[in-house]
Amino acid sequence: MNFDFPDEVKAMQEQASDYLTRTGSCALARKVLDGDGSAARRDWKEMADMGWTGLTIPEAYGGNEIGYIALCGLAYELGRHLTPAPFASSIYLVAEALVLYGTEEQKAAWLPGIATGETAGCFAQSEGLTGGSGYVRKADVTGGKLSGVKKPVADGICADFAIVRANGDGDEDLYIVDLTGPGVTRAPINTIEGIREHAEITFDKAPADLLVTGTKAIETLFERAAVPFAFEQVGGAQACLDMGVTYAKERYAFGRAIGSFQAIKHKLADMFVATELARSNAYFAAWALSTDATELPVAAATARLSAGKAFWLAAKENIQTHGGIGFTWDIDAQLFYRRHKALKLNIGAERFWEDRLLDGLRAGLVEL
Amino acid sequence: MDFRDTPEDAEYRAKVRAFLEEHAVHEAPDSGRGYRDGNEDPAVLEKAREWQRIKAEAGFAGITWPREYGGQGGSQLHHIIYEQEEARFDVPRGNFFYIGLGWALPTLFAYSTKDEILKHADKVLRGDEIWCQLFSEPAGGSDLGALRTKAVKDGDDWIINGQKIWTSGGQYSDFGVLVARNDTTQAKHKGVTCFILDMNSPGVDIRPIRQMSGESHFNEVYFDNVRVPDSSRLGEVGDGWKVAMHTLMNERYNLVDLPPPDFEQIFHLCEHTELSSGPALEDAAIRQQLADIWCRAQGMKYTNFRTMSALSQGKTPGPEVSIGKLVAAGRLQEVGNLGSDLFGESGLIWEEDMPQKALFQRAYMYSPGWRLGGGTDEILRNTIAERVLGLPPDPRMDKGVAFKDIPTGPRN
Repeated sequence: MNFDFPDEVKAMQEQASDYLTRTGSCALARKVLDGDGSAARRDWKEMADMGWTGLTIPEAYGGNEIGYIALCGLAYELGRHLTPAPFASSIYLVAEALVLYGTEEQKAAWLPGIATGETAGCFAQSEGLTGGSGYVRKADVTGGKLSGVKKPVADGICADFAIVRANGDGDEDLYIVDLTGPGVTRAPINTIEGIREHAEITFDKAPADLLVTGTKAIETLFERAAVPFAFEQVGGAQACLDMGVTYAKERYAFGRAIGSFQAIKHKLADMFVATELARSNAYFAAWALSTDATELPVAAATARLSAGKAFWLAAKENIQTHGGIGFTWDIDAQLFYRRHKALKLNIGAERFWEDRLLDGLRAGLVEL
Repeated sequence: MDFRDTPEDAEYRAKVRAFLEEHAVHEAPDSGRGYRDGNEDPAVLEKAREWQRIKAEAGFAGITWPREYGGQGGSQLHHIIYEQEEARFDVPRGNFFYIGLGWALPTLFAYSTKDEILKHADKVLRGDEIWCQLFSEPAGGSDLGALRTKAVKDGDDWIINGQKIWTSGGQYSDFGVLVARNDTTQAKHKGVTCFILDMNSPGVDIRPIRQMSGESHFNEVYFDNVRVPDSSRLGEVGDGWKVAMHTLMNERYNLVDLPPPDFEQIFHLCEHTELSSGPALEDAAIRQQLADIWCRAQGMKYTNFRTMSALSQGKTPGPEVSIGKLVAAGRLQEVGNLGSDLFGESGLIWEEDMPQKALFQRAYMYSPGWRLGGGTDEILRNTIAERVLGLPPDPRMDKGVAFKDIPTGPRN
């Protein structure tokens, strides 16, 4: 039994952590928050040069195929250090969709750019409150041309191309759209997250290349993406816990470190417990993802739900532990609080994953 | 990233499974078996003894004990593997022997003589001798160091006076590990000493406590001039705290796996229950609660895998090992609560004809005990905060103060 990251992945995590600390990824995220969208792609090429963007891309398309366990290990560090890079969009969703569903031609056209860091992708699905709810999709493809408005699209400003969820031949399909091509206009919009730029993208008869048809295909993509996303969430929760603990040791009130008060201790202990449970669930999901196990739908939903809960608890209680200073613009606690919300909602909110989980359990996908 | 057994552990697991398949049947998800069922029934004790004897003869008792004392000299991981497998079978456990096997004798191994150990080892292995732990007192629960039971030297003996409480299984125990105060002028953790106590000694009075669930698993034990020979002392005079902690540390890697009901039972219940609005499993609020219980149960299961990974590689498990009981006890209470909520007012009924023999009603009533025993939720959170996260301890009024000068209140 080795229910832990292998040594080579741990080494990669250490290297990633060093790099992200050295290059100040949190400060970079703050630049995006303060309006400098160009900061998002500042380190993209270097990340690719270190092999990060190619972990799950086949060698034939410029990747290194080191694999999903390594991707999960890296995702944890990216979550812990809060990168503003379009990594999750490009790798967990866009590259993954291309690897899963792309034709030879589509893979050859789009994957090498991601592997080398020349390009980045984004995943466009939501349409604001078009149609009266956050769940209606009106974007439509007719005769290979996409029309509609997508928002919010994470990394939609800095990306070169998008995978777009739209109505077409099937009930709903995924299309590849070149964002630098005709019929595409983009504008940044404000979101709670802020540390990655979100876009409103208007497609007016933009050329769209069908990638895959059907809701099931999209759900499969989400199940796979959910695993590295969960690791980012666990990483974020760990960062909040570490921040809270450090502060509680250094801040004194009533003549003693606030960390000596049980009200604070118990809060931090609960954050630790939630984070460890989420980490363990994420490990199992990483195993399921890397081995294409039949348990994956349940494991991914479990990891996703567990990590979402842990990050929520850690993000809000870290601010609370800091007291008033935690509510200021200058303290990084807010960055994690912002990121928490984006990761919670980006590939299906809790209810979606609860349904996936319960349906999977009912179908007997795992032994109870 | 692989949670499968190593070939050697897999071989051991197969051996355990073969043994269990031969001697027991699989537990059904609706068996209604809960914790300590029938522990007060002498017939259950007899059955549990029989099962313990079978285990001992097949080499599955005292798995981690040294061979010289009749144990298997096996690893902690083997012990965990055995427990994991046994949990899937319907065997007469009764939980009579775990203190002797898991806590008391291992303490003797560290602090007693070979002759003394050999007097007990075989009997404990075979279930013929039951041990208890005489630690908690009315004035010393979470603050165990506040214990007041007195030990006064008298020739070659010690005279014990005082009272213990929350003694698991005291009413059927033959021996206990006792911690008592020999010097009230020392600081609280210094003036205490440990002894082996023969529970049949004159002056020992055992009174079962009626718990809120109606059962009597725990006891009060009174000592009225009880004589204990100095040869029964464990460790040095005044070193009792160290000895007691050794006993408690032995439980650290015994992965906490609370008995049913857990997710499997509540899921089974929801699958077979109709609410006024339709099947329970279709109800959004129920689904949300089930998802939450599942995530916590699985998180714990895989956290245990991480601990097992470390043990199987000869490493010391990480801090994650400390969260087990805290997570499990709270979940048990939630499961008992949800399981009795599903039936409206009829969920109040605590009769055998309720689903799973009213397991959820029972769990509702006994789960508060799990959040208290073996370290309360609050003490466990303190432990995590101080030992794992490195937060500073609370300032204390009793530190370095002679025991006799420590303030007490009207409730103790």
